[in-house]
Amino acid sequence: MAELELTGAEIVIRCLHAEGVEYVFGYPGGAVLNIYDEIYKQKGFTHVLVRHEQAAVHAADAYSRSTGKVGVALVTSGPGATNAVTGIATAYMDSIPMVVITGQVPTAAIGQDAFQEVDTVGITRPCVKHNFLVKDVKDIAPTIKKAFYIAATGRPGPVVVDIPKDITQHACAFDYPEAISLRSYNPTSKGHAGQIKRAAQMLLEAKRPVIYAGGGVVLGNASAALTEMARELGYPVTSTLMGLGGYKANDPLSLGMLGMHGTYEANMAMQHCDVLIAVGARFDDRVIGNPKHFAKEARRIIHIDIDPSSISKRVKVDVPIVGDVGQVLEEMNRLLKVGNERADQAALKAWWAQIELWRAQDCLKYDRGTDKIKPQYVVEKLYEITKGEAFVTSDVGQHQMWAAQYYKFDQPRRWINSGGLGTMGVGLPYAMGVQLAHPDAMVACITGEGSIQMNIQELSTCKEYKLPLKIILLNNGYLGMVRQWQEFFYEERYAESYVASLPDFAKLAEAYGHVGMRIEKPEEVEPALRRAFTEHKEQLVFMNFITDPRENVYPMIPAGKGLSEMILV
Amino acid sequence: MRHIISVLMENEAGALSRVAGLFSARGYNIESLTVAPTEDATLSRMTIVTRGSNEVIEQITKQLNKLIDVIKMQDLSDGEHIERELMLVKVRAASGEQREEMKRLADIFRGRVIDVADKTYTIELTGPGSKLDAFLDALEPGAILETVRTGASGIGRGDRMLKI
Repeated sequence: MAELELTGAEIVIRCLHAEGVEYVFGYPGGAVLNIYDEIYKQKGFTHVLVRHEQAAVHAADAYSRSTGKVGVALVTSGPGATNAVTGIATAYMDSIPMVVITGQVPTAAIGQDAFQEVDTVGITRPCVKHNFLVKDVKDIAPTIKKAFYIAATGRPGPVVVDIPKDITQHACAFDYPEAISLRSYNPTSKGHAGQIKRAAQMLLEAKRPVIYAGGGVVLGNASAALTEMARELGYPVTSTLMGLGGYKANDPLSLGMLGMHGTYEANMAMQHCDVLIAVGARFDDRVIGNPKHFAKEARRIIHIDIDPSSISKRVKVDVPIVGDVGQVLEEMNRLLKVGNERADQAALKAWWAQIELWRAQDCLKYDRGTDKIKPQYVVEKLYEITKGEAFVTSDVGQHQMWAAQYYKFDQPRRWINSGGLGTMGVGLPYAMGVQLAHPDAMVACITGEGSIQMNIQELSTCKEYKLPLKIILLNNGYLGMVRQWQEFFYEERYAESYVASLPDFAKLAEAYGHVGMRIEKPEEVEPALRRAFTEHKEQLVFMNFITDPRENVYPMIPAGKGLSEMILV
Repeated sequence: MRHIISVLMENEAGALSRVAGLFSARGYNIESLTVAPTEDATLSRMTIVTRGSNEVIEQITKQLNKLIDVIKMQDLSDGEHIERELMLVKVRAASGEQREEMKRLADIFRGRVIDVADKTYTIELTGPGSKLDAFLDALEPGAILETVRTGASGIGRGDRMLKI
């Protein structure tokens, strides 16, 4: 090897250093052994050894969700890559910037059905923003540069870089490109000035306005600009599941979450507004229900989104604005301030009076007088005890909805969950990624007994890296959301939704070296949570709350129904 | 409605499967798809013929543009354009009478006989898809032994160009 030449494996490490990567979540294997040998020799980043590749990708994803930086995962070829696919698809659906490096069998073995060979680029193609197979050591540095650039710009998303083992052995001179430009990829960030002006005008003409804020507000760091706009106009704001925290949940202008399990006031306001501004949201089926029902009421729609293909996909809009939501909102705020025009205040007052009537329905009320632990109560107490300052991750199901409804997020990037793909098993690895990124923060994982068992092996990783997570298991013995649908729509035929033979979770946590608790009575809830966050502050505490097995998530819009067809408690 | 879409993309391995995968994943129709490198070897040009409502075509356009390898695209059906397709047809041409008839028919359609064997002719024909259909309709059903079509290629008229 000539002087100044580095092997492909060394180049991979140097690229990650150049990108300022703090954590690489991964799992070694044959095809990535050269890269792991270089990881052994370096000090630039910390490698986090998970217990299953899926968890590596989820942890990298949550690192990104909670920091805004690009998450990085590293797995081997074949099963390493296929185990990573669920994590990649999860990040793709929620537009999370991530670079996943996968090992591949040596170039000469590709296509030979070699040991641990799989067509990673082919398998991941439909669930990545882009992917690459590196065929020459000289291409490693430019490809990794492109991967980070593509992942983080425009509508963010995961990028896979597949590197055959022989390429990590070959050597060449290393030169990390400082900047990159791709002739085929130039995302728009600045919105069209004329459209922004039209939108501002339309907002001022509104008599029954609603601001509908999605995950784009969080990902685009547009929380401040959104807040400024809402306050300036005095218009109601509703957030999607992914948008929670983008606007303060406790603010009087906030209507809470909308959609299938959204609040009565948010869904009714969406259905009956005359001007709707959608900000970084995509009118998906869990948000507006049936688009035909949604379209029954006439309204004018402004839609700001970084991705042109999200606009007019399910709902035709009147003023499309393609651009970075933060930049567009700032420009709109400027226009609203400059102009002397004000919205029709009398109409706005009447609209708020109507909203208050809907709000008076108190759709999130639940029975507080029983001797069974209500899951909503546990989330409310968690909110009180952590003063709303915790990072909260969740899995998928009823507990996820209760977490979204009862923990009042007032900052972006605090609520970490799988919204688009709805991946059970994300909660624990998500909490790991968040805790590593924010070592001093309180991190709670709200989960169910179904979801937690999908990645429970990560309790071992938590021990190794001393992650003091607080796991809030809302244990109702059922796959609760499945059970709820079976109760409502399948005449209470509870097919395979009851999980018999659950482990003793407290003992299981102890076996992994953590603190385990079992909480059975409502009066024990608060003391248990307090102990977890004080006495056991530095430890992982696994709290198994035995909750009311028949509790349901309300309100609920049955699938395929319209926004005003809610089932209330 | 039928649309003919031209796509200029990076001539990278896997580019074709990204487009084909997009169409199948999102349930869009592909009537035909042709692709080959251009005079600039780093570029491939693809012609896709598809059908769909205006909303679907709008989504197809946006989704194609979203592919990282796609540099530019144009819906040729939005304006004046020309499209051509190449077809090779192997026909039964055993008797003298059959051979004469086939030659005559090929001439009428401005086709050429490009292979002559004991019992068959192979005819090359270029034109819009409808012309190729008309030629096949004009042949006796039993006469066609084999056909192969390239799918349409298209280009805008005059100053209407798709290039970088």
